[in-house]
Amino acid sequence: MRTVTHPEHEHDATTGDKGMNKARPARLDLRAASGGGLFDYAPAPESVRPDIADRYGLFIDGSFVEPGSGNWFPSINPATEGTMSMIAEASTADVDRAVKAAREALPAWSGLPAKERGKYLYRIARRMQERARELAVLETLDGGKPIKESRDVDVPLACAHFFYHAGWADKLKFALPGRDPKPVGVCGQIIPWNFPLLMLAWKIAPALACGNTVVLKPAETTSLTALRFAEICAEIGLPKGVVNIVTGAGETGRAIVEHDGIDKIAFTGSTQVGKMIAKAVAPTNKRLTLELGGKSANIIFEDASLDQAIEGIIEGIYFNQGHVCCAGSRLFVQESILDTVIDKLSDRMSSLRVGDPMDKNTDVGAINSKEQLATISKYLTLGDKEGAVRHDVCNSSLPDKGFWCRPCFYSGVQPSHTIAREEIFGPVLAVMSFRTPEEAISRANNSPYGLAAGVWTDKGSKIFDVARRLDAGIVWLNTYNKFDPTSPFGGYKESGFGREGGRHGLLAYCR
Amino acid sequence: MSDRLPIIKTYKLAIGGKFPRTESGRSTSVHDASQNLIAHVCQASRKDVRDAVEAAHKAQPGWGEATAFLRSQVLYRLAEMMEGKRDELAKAIGEGGQLEVDASVDRVVHYAGWCDKYAQIMGGSNPVAGPYHDFTIPFPVGVVGVIAPDSPSLLGFVSLIAPVIAMGNSCVALASETNPVPALVLAEAMATSDLPGGVVNTLSGFRDELVEHFSTHREIDAIHAAGVSDEHRTLLRTGSADNLKRVTVHGKLDFFDDAACESSAWIDPFVEFKTIWHPSAV
Repeated sequence: MRTVTHPEHEHDATTGDKGMNKARPARLDLRAASGGGLFDYAPAPESVRPDIADRYGLFIDGSFVEPGSGNWFPSINPATEGTMSMIAEASTADVDRAVKAAREALPAWSGLPAKERGKYLYRIARRMQERARELAVLETLDGGKPIKESRDVDVPLACAHFFYHAGWADKLKFALPGRDPKPVGVCGQIIPWNFPLLMLAWKIAPALACGNTVVLKPAETTSLTALRFAEICAEIGLPKGVVNIVTGAGETGRAIVEHDGIDKIAFTGSTQVGKMIAKAVAPTNKRLTLELGGKSANIIFEDASLDQAIEGIIEGIYFNQGHVCCAGSRLFVQESILDTVIDKLSDRMSSLRVGDPMDKNTDVGAINSKEQLATISKYLTLGDKEGAVRHDVCNSSLPDKGFWCRPCFYSGVQPSHTIAREEIFGPVLAVMSFRTPEEAISRANNSPYGLAAGVWTDKGSKIFDVARRLDAGIVWLNTYNKFDPTSPFGGYKESGFGREGGRHGLLAYCR
Repeated sequence: MSDRLPIIKTYKLAIGGKFPRTESGRSTSVHDASQNLIAHVCQASRKDVRDAVEAAHKAQPGWGEATAFLRSQVLYRLAEMMEGKRDELAKAIGEGGQLEVDASVDRVVHYAGWCDKYAQIMGGSNPVAGPYHDFTIPFPVGVVGVIAPDSPSLLGFVSLIAPVIAMGNSCVALASETNPVPALVLAEAMATSDLPGGVVNTLSGFRDELVEHFSTHREIDAIHAAGVSDEHRTLLRTGSADNLKRVTVHGKLDFFDDAACESSAWIDPFVEFKTIWHPSAV
């Protein structure tokens, strides 16, 4: 294994990174400058503590009920490994109850005057805003993401999604010109653990706005904000059965996918599971939208604003511990600036703070689960074994307990390397170089995925030309990982089909 | 009627702007309603599907990058060529042929007009909460596999390919099994129109043999089908799961009903919406 550690970069001339073994100018060593520590900030823990019940039942037909299965599973705080609560595991019969409730609620809900339906969504949005801090803390405790992200990104965006879609409810005839949109019916929705509340909002807000009812399953490691959302639905008087939350793992998801009473499946998660779902619904008339994995390319040209680009690269891959389907996990750097970019990236990463997600200064939180940490570790081993050079430039200390992974990047990566092809879903970046725009585009497109891409250059016509030719559903130019309820999100190729958000997201929930 | 023995034509496949026979060497006979032999057609094989996909792949980037105005002109030119061949097309259709040709030409004209309007209707700018230009534009999905219904033999075929090629996709299209001749005559009209070779590749053959290969071919990006059995519909969707093709299989449909068959909704499944962000403040 060849690795590079900060601050002495020992480069192997055989790695293919030209010039990597040349002497470099001395850089500001942040650790040395701060007396060996990483600017020792005083701990700044978030002080709001949400009440968490000892256990949570299933939210079916407007109230919390015991699971027919009689099974409960623990929800773990990945930063402490402590059990926060016990969560009900929904069996096939429980899912059936939820689908029946959604079916019974459908005529009244879709028959409501559209403006009234919209007002329920406005109520949800407002109540979420008012309980935003509590939701953010819950999200961070449950999933391990830094509080500054759940507080400033996840929760505000989730609220904004409900606000945005609330206003669509009585304007659908304007959304799709020349068409007469009708609800699809009962929607089965399965969401991942990386943005639990935000993904819930992406699924439930458009479904409800278009007059559908839903049965939603959160990921088994992150059920708490979905259950708190269920409380909000009850609190604001949402009619019973319009939203049903069934918790559980893969088997619960399977029960949803295979249920005859469901008209549409919306899934966000891995490409592997997405393909299984596509096969499972093939003989049925269920509609399907899939938002799946990615291995998104971030392309940086020599005429880019480098410091901005470095921030964008950091934002692109280390945001939310890299648990982001559109993470910019393949960095293509124009050859002439490869050394500079590696230097700057190393500098910037050396000051990333890994640790207590509840600390407002934390940049990188806990890995969501033990299983995901094992997956990431497997890829690190493969990256080392296949001959890429690992740059362990982040020296942040790690807490004793919990699931942690210091962000790192690899140089000398070949397109055939596993870490350049497969989605890692962790804070690991593969850096590769290119010479011409043609090469950058063809290598970026050489992936079964096609979710997102980033392009960095100050040349206007070049940036739009590259944007046009990239096979990706979202292209961020001189920025990365920006989201908005008005902006459609979704992928090309094996990153799935359908869009979420914006006017285009409504297509999935209307017939 | 003279006693002259007519020449029975063998219609060949249309792949990449050329008219090859099937590599399998197989052909079948086509009879009219009175069981008179009217033509021979090729019985395409899996290899022909693959050759056609390859040709479609070669043609797609150029067609996809042609301006919307040009695509619109080319589709309108196709309508003109169809009008010129109307008697041949009508005869190939058989009973009710003239009416079906009228509807088919008009359908092509309808979708010709969509080429440079769809992006305006279905794309747009997104008012995000921040200093960004954010806009969504449709791009072609790539190569589309088309399975046409048996009947109406020309109008069904045309209705399935027109929305596909309007947005810059190329396609591999399997003609009506019971009467592939009108689609093959159309292929000859295409060859003399301005449509680049390989944008529409037309095959004649049996669905039982070929549907599976359409569904599992990894270089086909989407499927547009109508008039297929439930088994074939399931097969199309199951096979498509492997590379996540976008699959559209129409149920029972009256192709003569303009309201049902002429809409931007027919184009939606064959585009990818790309959303582009750029900062608008420094």
